[in-house]
Amino acid sequence: MANQDIALMAHLMRRAGFGATREELEALCEKGYDNVVEELLNPTEEPLDRFEMMRYQPWTWRPGTLPGMGAAEWLWWMVNTRRPLEEKMTLFWHHIFATGVSKVDHYDEIQNMITLFREQGMGNYKELLLGMAKNPAMIYWLDNNDNHAHAVNENWGRELLELFSMGVGNYTEVDVRECSRAFTGWTFEAKLPRGPLGRHDWRFEYRPDDHDNGEKTFLGESGNFNGDDIIDIVCQHPATAGFIARHLYNFFVADEAQVPAWQVIPPVDEDAIDALTDAFIESGYDIKATLRVLFTSDFFKNARFAKLKSPAEVVVGTLKLVGGAGFPAPGIGDLSRQPNYMGQDLLNPPSVEGWHTGAEWINSGSLMRRINFTADMVGDTSRPGVQSIVSRLRSQGDVGPEQFVDICLDLMGPLDVSSDTRQELLDHAVPGGSLNWSNEDAATERVSELLQLIVSLRDYQYA
Amino acid sequence: MASTKKDPVLVVLQLTGGNDYLNTVIPITDPLYRDNRPAVGVADERILKLNDKVGLHPTMGPMKNLWDQGNLAIIHGVGYANSPRSHFRSMDIWHTCEPDKLGTEGWLGRATKEIDPNKENVVTAVSFGPSLPRALALPTVPVACVDDLDSFGLLTGINEAEQRDKILDRFTRLYSPTIGTGAVMDYLGQTGLDSMKAADILKVAPEMYSSNIEYPDTTIASKLKGISQVHQANLGTRVFYCDHGSFDSHSNQVGMHDKLWTDVSQAVESFFDDLRENDAADNVIMLMFTEFGRRVHDNGSGTDHGAGGVAFLAGDAIKGGEYGEYPSLRPEHLEQGDLVPHTDFRSVYTAIVEDWMGMDAQPLVGGVFEKPAYF
Repeated sequence: MANQDIALMAHLMRRAGFGATREELEALCEKGYDNVVEELLNPTEEPLDRFEMMRYQPWTWRPGTLPGMGAAEWLWWMVNTRRPLEEKMTLFWHHIFATGVSKVDHYDEIQNMITLFREQGMGNYKELLLGMAKNPAMIYWLDNNDNHAHAVNENWGRELLELFSMGVGNYTEVDVRECSRAFTGWTFEAKLPRGPLGRHDWRFEYRPDDHDNGEKTFLGESGNFNGDDIIDIVCQHPATAGFIARHLYNFFVADEAQVPAWQVIPPVDEDAIDALTDAFIESGYDIKATLRVLFTSDFFKNARFAKLKSPAEVVVGTLKLVGGAGFPAPGIGDLSRQPNYMGQDLLNPPSVEGWHTGAEWINSGSLMRRINFTADMVGDTSRPGVQSIVSRLRSQGDVGPEQFVDICLDLMGPLDVSSDTRQELLDHAVPGGSLNWSNEDAATERVSELLQLIVSLRDYQYA
Repeated sequence: MASTKKDPVLVVLQLTGGNDYLNTVIPITDPLYRDNRPAVGVADERILKLNDKVGLHPTMGPMKNLWDQGNLAIIHGVGYANSPRSHFRSMDIWHTCEPDKLGTEGWLGRATKEIDPNKENVVTAVSFGPSLPRALALPTVPVACVDDLDSFGLLTGINEAEQRDKILDRFTRLYSPTIGTGAVMDYLGQTGLDSMKAADILKVAPEMYSSNIEYPDTTIASKLKGISQVHQANLGTRVFYCDHGSFDSHSNQVGMHDKLWTDVSQAVESFFDDLRENDAADNVIMLMFTEFGRRVHDNGSGTDHGAGGVAFLAGDAIKGGEYGEYPSLRPEHLEQGDLVPHTDFRSVYTAIVEDWMGMDAQPLVGGVFEKPAYF
């Protein structure tokens, strides 16, 4: 099989999912790139069975306010789903509609939001936005339950415009105010005190008596607007399609400047943003149609290793590579906290702005955590994925140091590295001579050490 | 205070989310305070009065102790013109000193470079928390970002010392700069090498530390304790950074603000008690700032994003007192319902950089600003 096909398929699966094993990549290559894109967009595999997780890890079913347990259930999905793009889009929307348990204090409701992303994340953006406006966790996160006809709370109204649709610079403070007025009365049923089994469910409620029925002027249009009118107007604004297109590019293609810089720093690839924006508008804000354009474009195919992995991608990608995280075994709670140690506390973003991405994932502390976690994982030769790499190597018989390094780089990606880096790895491997399987333990140990070195590479931090 | 040859140290505590000025330092005699705060106003009898004009939030007793000792400066009406009222943007402005265009370099990154231009000490700046604040960001300037001092180290999972040394040695070579690989690769390389060095240096701090002061069991207290440990280990750290939040009190402000200031005040007091007990306080000051103050009129349960805010300086070297006037609450003096700042945040930075750190402030803060006499 042509190595370029494998490399391209690996790229697609790292971006549109969380990576794939070599066995999976080979099977996918048989199907052909475009067919795989269609399968990712229209998955036919069954979703995971939540009951399986519940059976073994009951506290993940309704974690209530148990720290970490909400993220554990999601981690299990990300690692084990057979519908990888659906799950990646779930993460994408969580980056944008960043909602945190630190304030909401109700994992079940945040999980419901995650489920909504999973079910509607590739549907229509306008409907998704409306879904967010009615989502109780979001309402509480941005205080719209405290947005009353006679006491306007601007939190949701502002962030809807700044972070969820148009971006800063496309509206005035008056627009924020008028937008917030239009969403008065959008709340959820009264919160009940905590019950013996945790919190009660929250349900969206529209209270006409608490809605400001006055005339509003928003983005130059006037009328007795309600929240859905605002979302209509926002979606007609050209800035909105461009904003979402840039988010898609930043998440799936290559690292962009940080969001607040977007009004002054032009996109890395203006043509790509234009193509995505056009696709988004022409399809009536259909996310799937836009993703199809993205994944089949040359700008995507040529963007291998053009972005840094997020902590979620590091952890999930590593777990998929080394295997053994399929069964909802004990320890998943600890694993689910790993992205947090690297700077991405899932279901608990640092603020409504979500996370700064790209190079800002990296600092001295987070880089050490990334390296330590991945090195520990690939250094564990009892893991099925590591064993599979070892047995692939063994099937080649005794190989010289050069081949040893090249095969490992290939099986860990294929990973592109500079000639300097390859030379360093070679210098490391040469003193041990050929990889000789007559002493199986010693050979396995050498593989394990080289894999640890490979995941420690700068190059390995890229997706 | 005994004179000392110790280098001056700055600790920055960022109050993330927009701390409500009006309920932190309360204008007790201004009737407009009551008028504007029907829902979240602090009852008169609970306010910790500092004088006949202002008082502190009731949970700020430990901060009042600092005030009573003459070691707390209250900086009124601080901010900048045309507040965008966005957390994101406003925090960037405070971090980069660029209110008009987008900056990526932080003022403390520039200060760190000034202190240690040849990168002789990779722990000149240490930040406690999972991310690198933009205030410290500057290409080529190392910053040790520490989550937990005890687990800070590279490839600690490799138990066998000889094998670990061998891999770390290779790691050093792999992370050394190669020509023409791009800015992000360079950044990764430098961060990897610096973090290895920093881990080696910082690991002594918890071992050397002993103190009779019990810090409260809160996240901000553990960060400040970590700062105290590193500071007391005399590793040459001159800039420390940490944050606490979220102060974004759009709703349920009363309980939320109580908890936040309880935690912050107690942690700050423990920190200074710890330093004083160990004769390590005289060369440390702390700046507490937030990205903006909140709207004057409450929204029935909390307060929305505002403009002018309050900052604090604390430490033995600080001349306690109020600096600047409380901005007027009169409706005709507000801008979009918000307090108008009269003190540019860069003038506070200027005073710190020049009168405390002993450096020229202009290149760090991007201009010449009048500096109040805080020291």
